[in-house]
Amino acid sequence: MAKIFFENVIKNFGNTRVIKELDLHIENGEFFTFVGPSGCGKSTILNMIAGLEGITGGKIKFDNMTVNELSPKERDVAMVFQSYALYPHMTVHENIAFPLVMKKIHKDIIKTEVERIADLLGLYDLLKRRPRELSGGQRQRVALGRAIIRKPKVFLMDEPLSNLDARLRVEMRAELKKLHNELNITTVYVTHDQAEAMSMSDRIAVLSGGEIQQCGTPQEIYLRPANTMVAGFVGSPPMNFIPAIIKDQAPLEVDCNGFRLRPVTDGNPERGNVILGIRPEDLTVSSTKIDKGIEVIVSIVESAGPFNWVDLKWKDNTIKGMAGLDEKLQPGNTCYMDFPEEKVLLFDRETGKRV
Amino acid sequence: MKRTLFYITTFMIVSLSLVPFLWFVNTSLKTPLEVTSIPPVFIPSGALSSYVSAIEGYDLLHFVRNSLIVAGVTTIITILISIITGYSLARLRLKYKGLIMGSLLVVSMFPQISIAGPVWRILQDLGWLNSYQGLIIPYVTLTLPLGVWILASFFKDLPPELEASARIDGCSHFQTLFRIMVPLAAPGVFTAAILVFIYAWNEFFFALLIMTQQDFQTLPVGIALFQGQYTMPWGEIAAASTVSTVPLVLMVFVFQKRIISGLTAGAVKG
Repeated sequence: MAKIFFENVIKNFGNTRVIKELDLHIENGEFFTFVGPSGCGKSTILNMIAGLEGITGGKIKFDNMTVNELSPKERDVAMVFQSYALYPHMTVHENIAFPLVMKKIHKDIIKTEVERIADLLGLYDLLKRRPRELSGGQRQRVALGRAIIRKPKVFLMDEPLSNLDARLRVEMRAELKKLHNELNITTVYVTHDQAEAMSMSDRIAVLSGGEIQQCGTPQEIYLRPANTMVAGFVGSPPMNFIPAIIKDQAPLEVDCNGFRLRPVTDGNPERGNVILGIRPEDLTVSSTKIDKGIEVIVSIVESAGPFNWVDLKWKDNTIKGMAGLDEKLQPGNTCYMDFPEEKVLLFDRETGKRV
Repeated sequence: MKRTLFYITTFMIVSLSLVPFLWFVNTSLKTPLEVTSIPPVFIPSGALSSYVSAIEGYDLLHFVRNSLIVAGVTTIITILISIITGYSLARLRLKYKGLIMGSLLVVSMFPQISIAGPVWRILQDLGWLNSYQGLIIPYVTLTLPLGVWILASFFKDLPPELEASARIDGCSHFQTLFRIMVPLAAPGVFTAAILVFIYAWNEFFFALLIMTQQDFQTLPVGIALFQGQYTMPWGEIAAASTVSTVPLVLMVFVFQKRIISGLTAGAVKG
């Protein structure tokens, strides 16, 4: 187990800076996730922790030890890859045993260890097979087994569930979480799937353009996103953004498409242009007129099973809301939407930061 | 219809290429009289007499031994260097990779005759004419481009995550190469090894130039020198040719699958 510290970590590829001044620490035994769109630098960060990529500037420390110059071997980390990266010419047993073989551990000990891990992961009957004879989920388990067998200081996972089908992915999420609780090893996880990040992590860092946009617990990130990038990335379907203008400061009053709102904010924003954000799940749509309801036009109705998602036209803006199954909504019809004012978030229109 | 045509064409091409081979295998089994008789005899009756005479009279096994040493050592050295070079060229972020690969190809295009003179002078100064290394080293340089190209393209197709994974599991660069990458590139290694071996086994020109003493001559040169001023021992030459060809044919048959998968690797994603 180890704490991981990033101190002003910078990474360049040629003349392009892919990681800008990363300052962060990851706690002992924490399940920490880097999440962000592709190309945001999240895998690069993982490779830098592993020692597969050099660091252009700054320091990475495990506890008090600077690891910048250490080889992957000396860092004592284990990694699970998206493609599993199992050795095709070795059996499951040999794959799982490989890190211990490289450590020159005695054969008998390796055998009992491999069997223990295989038991833990339900691979016992597959030990003699080769990777190509396994299903995706089984390969994933072998990759996990190979990573956990030597009890590393840090456990790194690079989109380990992306190649699995949807059902298996949800299953493995729970399994990974359980495994983490049992082993209690510091885990750094990388994914582009915000739902995966939300469901497994103790803390999340949302990355974009090589910079951390926000770092916090899943709940903090969901409820109090730092800016429009985070707000739009976390949550599915993404948050609705509508241009608005602050008309009054005390009490705060916002004009949005001619509709007056009194949202609750952390700060005391000045008058001017803002963006109003409201999550689709907080916005209810009804076919009958409701008190305070805003008149809008239905454009698309999508079934989500227990309810429907409805795309609405509100003057020039398209927004998404939720409707019960009993609501009779047809594209083109007029309907009414409502949302609680305290759920509304305001963002600066220039910087995108939440105000 | 198309199928029949395909089989007929294949049959014709195969028979045409097989005729010389079958002819000298046949000749090797004839008696000296049958070899030159007109009209030709198609069913030989000499059994193995030509072989015995080639071995006893012309020291055939001595040439076989020389060829085995030269071709074997050439193959081992070439493959070892090709593995390391091919891997580096496939994986390292090098500036002039294209140029290096290109020049390798260009070098391999030089006609042998154009480098024969300088090679001979160098070997003479080193005192390596009529020595195994005197032939092995030119062979290694001549076969390296082939080996490097085959292996580089093989290593390029292997997923880079495997290396990352091996490094994290505690391998050094060399261990990663020899424990993970080389076993996975085995079809390529085999293909390259067999092609290099065949080249070194069959090569005639340099062997003739460099090995002037019978002690070090390889099979092709040895066979060529079977004929004396007044004799043309066709049966013995045919027997020796058979001995020099059959091992190659067997080798290719045995490793056929590997060679084919080697030559077509990367064509489709495994």
